[in-house]
Amino acid sequence: MEHTPILIVLVPLTSALLIPFLAMGGGRFARAGLLFATAGSLLSSILALRASLEGEVLSYHVGGWPPPWGIEIVIDPLSGVMATLVSFLAVLAAFYSGPYLSGWTARRTGTFCSLFALLVTGLQGIVVTGDLFNLYVFLEISSISAYALLSSGGSKSVVAVFRYLLIGTVAASFYLIGVGYLYAMTGTLNMADMAARLPETSDSPVIVVAVSFIVIGLAIKAALFPLHGWLPDTYTYAPGPVIGFVAAVMTKVSAYALYRILFYVFVAGTGPREPLLLLGWASVIAVVAGSLMALAQKDVQRMLAYSSIGQMGYIMLGIAIGTPLALTGALLHVVNHAVMKGCLFMVVNGVQWRLGVFRVRDFAGMGRRLPLTMAAFTVAALSMIGLPPTAGFFSKYYLALAALESGYIPFLAALILSSLLGAVYFFRVLEKVYLSPENVEKTRDTSELPLPMLAPILTLAVLVLLLGVFNQTVVTELIQPGLPS
Amino acid sequence: MSGGPLAAVLVSLVAAVAIFVFRNHPNLREAVTLAAAVIKFAIVFSLLPTVLDGGVVESQPLELVPGWALHLRADAFGMVFALLASSLWILTSVYSIGYMRSGGYTHQTGYYASFAICVSSAIGIAFAANLATFFIFYEILTIATYPLVIHRRNEEAIAGGRKYLAYTLIAGQALLVAVVWSASLAPGATFQPGGFLSGSASSGTLQALFVLFIIGIGAKAAIMPLHGWLPAAMVAPTPVSALLHAVAVVKAGVFGCVRIVGFVFGVDLIRELGLANILAFAAGTTILIASIRALGEDHLKRRLAYSTVSQLSYIVLGAALGSLHALVGAIFHIAAHGFMKITLFFCAGSIYTKTHKEYIADLRGLGREMPVTFGAFTLGALGLAGMPLFAGFISKWNLGLGALEADHTIYVGVLVLSGLLNFAYFFPIVYTGFFGKSDAPFRFKEASVLLWLPLAVTAVISILLGIFPDIGLHFYELAWQAAESLVAPAPLMLAGGGE
Repeated sequence: MEHTPILIVLVPLTSALLIPFLAMGGGRFARAGLLFATAGSLLSSILALRASLEGEVLSYHVGGWPPPWGIEIVIDPLSGVMATLVSFLAVLAAFYSGPYLSGWTARRTGTFCSLFALLVTGLQGIVVTGDLFNLYVFLEISSISAYALLSSGGSKSVVAVFRYLLIGTVAASFYLIGVGYLYAMTGTLNMADMAARLPETSDSPVIVVAVSFIVIGLAIKAALFPLHGWLPDTYTYAPGPVIGFVAAVMTKVSAYALYRILFYVFVAGTGPREPLLLLGWASVIAVVAGSLMALAQKDVQRMLAYSSIGQMGYIMLGIAIGTPLALTGALLHVVNHAVMKGCLFMVVNGVQWRLGVFRVRDFAGMGRRLPLTMAAFTVAALSMIGLPPTAGFFSKYYLALAALESGYIPFLAALILSSLLGAVYFFRVLEKVYLSPENVEKTRDTSELPLPMLAPILTLAVLVLLLGVFNQTVVTELIQPGLPS
Repeated sequence: MSGGPLAAVLVSLVAAVAIFVFRNHPNLREAVTLAAAVIKFAIVFSLLPTVLDGGVVESQPLELVPGWALHLRADAFGMVFALLASSLWILTSVYSIGYMRSGGYTHQTGYYASFAICVSSAIGIAFAANLATFFIFYEILTIATYPLVIHRRNEEAIAGGRKYLAYTLIAGQALLVAVVWSASLAPGATFQPGGFLSGSASSGTLQALFVLFIIGIGAKAAIMPLHGWLPAAMVAPTPVSALLHAVAVVKAGVFGCVRIVGFVFGVDLIRELGLANILAFAAGTTILIASIRALGEDHLKRRLAYSTVSQLSYIVLGAALGSLHALVGAIFHIAAHGFMKITLFFCAGSIYTKTHKEYIADLRGLGREMPVTFGAFTLGALGLAGMPLFAGFISKWNLGLGALEADHTIYVGVLVLSGLLNFAYFFPIVYTGFFGKSDAPFRFKEASVLLWLPLAVTAVISILLGIFPDIGLHFYELAWQAAESLVAPAPLMLAGGGE
């Protein structure tokens, strides 16, 4: 039990290193290794979360070096929830990738599984670390493994990911520069320690520059409009087995890091929140622009990618408003959006895998071919629009109430507009799915998706409803303990 | 605390699942529908005695968000709508079975399941004790009705469905803002006779809030200019139109209007804010323009649709006038219009099933072949025109008295004029049916008994309600009880709802 926090990261990391050797014995072993990696991470996340919910913040000193000198792993309710979310989706994605991988060579399977485990390592590391520089290291681990994974979707994906690599490297450097300034000013890299030391230097312009670098760096990673340029192409051409996971959690983890730094390192120590308003306006534009761009897409996956940009705006909006209600909304939306967007991407890739189609008009009559898959798609889509009693409604409710109570009426208007635009672009697809005659050639296998793909999709769809109906419990038990005190 | 209201909502939700499970067994599926309808009515009816004694039946609030509980409570006003929806569901189910089978429609499982969810949310709306609950069921109703509107799956149906969604979803967002806004003004408030918003904000804020509310519910209540979806949604199968127009959807709109005027703002506050006159004017205009529009419509169901638009505004008008009799008339009209209008829609459906005729000019002489249908149509039309001894007269009489009480004599004129227009647009249909020349020889060929029995029953009820307005379901007494509480709020209820 004492070592649970480090296992969250260590299990996938070790597995990533072992999987290439397992793959020598066949693809099956590599897949088993991946399942072990993700499930192990999930198990230790849950254990750590449970301990942290009982009131103690778990602090693990890597290598036995106490902070502020050594690296500290911190499991508070916030990081516990995030780690559980990330590893839960990773487990589902590991199952989901099964049918894809069964046709691959052992070597390719091994590479894939190893990189996937490495990606999980990086993301979990960002979530649990209590050290700013260590966060950078994990950010790079996750990014590099993501570049490799995402570029395996054919020549278009290589070009798209190359752009992502360039932009992502700039983002990571920005973050690192910011951390460098902070280190120069405070002489520490540990988050808690820095929060204690920052007030002494809070007037310094260096701090302002440092914050700007960090915010911009992480905003690029979180694809906040107008820094989202890398995302649409990368998501559109990404290979099927990973995109459900990447789209669900990767940008969210960056948003989490931003939240953690802004509210646990800076605002926890110093005071002013006004600069956050700038972030708020950027988010408003993100919410509206993302939805408008989604409306214009013919390709379903691309539509979902733009929709993600809009939805990241929701989360950033909550962070920018910064009241407890707004932060509750933002964190709840991190969870909700991960679940529903994961579901949507998995459905769309399942359709592409089964029928080889991806445009909106190709979804005609899909409701009769893949009834269960499309039912899941419908539930998740209604949640994206934000209709009660699905999960999406409740996070939107918190954000709307927070915007109203802090007097930011334009923010509220953006939320409403985005819901309506969401209704248009999702009903456009749903209309095709349920009302148009089928137009895919009859020769293809048109039966329902295989169980390993269907089960994760249905799990997420049910979760969308459960998170909605039991959202009171989720908020009081899991989200509110993660608010800054 | 009692599980009654919750059970009433859940019955048809469970039925929806069962309907889906039995999708390959049509008889079992339809038996489930009927059984659920009867059980639901029984549950709602069992709550009636308590409510008639002046009490309310409340279920345990289930908190969804801090300060945002799912809270059901059966009061006199809610009972009117709940009784209407649950009793008409039984008749509509019988009718649907006849209609869908003789029409050879596909997708029947989806049809019955959506129907059950619609009725479930209608009851949820009726029993909602706060705005949050109201909003949740209101949105579920919006979505559950969509598959019904597009049931035929052709171009016209899809276009109608789009229009329906555009109006109702935009309005739903306006309602959401209004609900969130009032939650921040008066956290955790439940509906109270006399309202809970008075004094919570500046009058400018309250005016803006009220406008948002009216946009939110105005689309379903089809207040002009938000009525455009209703004629377009006529492409749905007739039982659906009956449900949309008489039972669930539009009635949810006008029900919400009375709820918001009487139980959120309070009639006095609306008057102080200067909004009562504007709303009454909008309602009066809608009544007249929609009636005139109906005159020019040759498609039977669309003419009925415009008639609905016009009749719904009677209820809005009553709420806006806010005097005792006006409120009684408005609340009673929710039930009265329900029975009368569903009769007319059932008639249109039975004519369509038998003859596939949709235009009024084609109905020549059909009255002699389908005497039951056309007889019922005549009764329903007379009722809507406000003939004495029909249900419509009771509501119109009270609305007229209410207009005088509120010193708005002009609306008496509007009601009279509207009554005349009702004759003008309904009686050509009756005349064409019975006396129009037709080349074919006549013989009795009424549609199947599953179709003509429900419409005969509703026609008879429309008369009975006109002669004995309290018969059976006590609509009139409930209306009085609700209206009296609104005009002179009982101090006991203000203290927190009571038991």
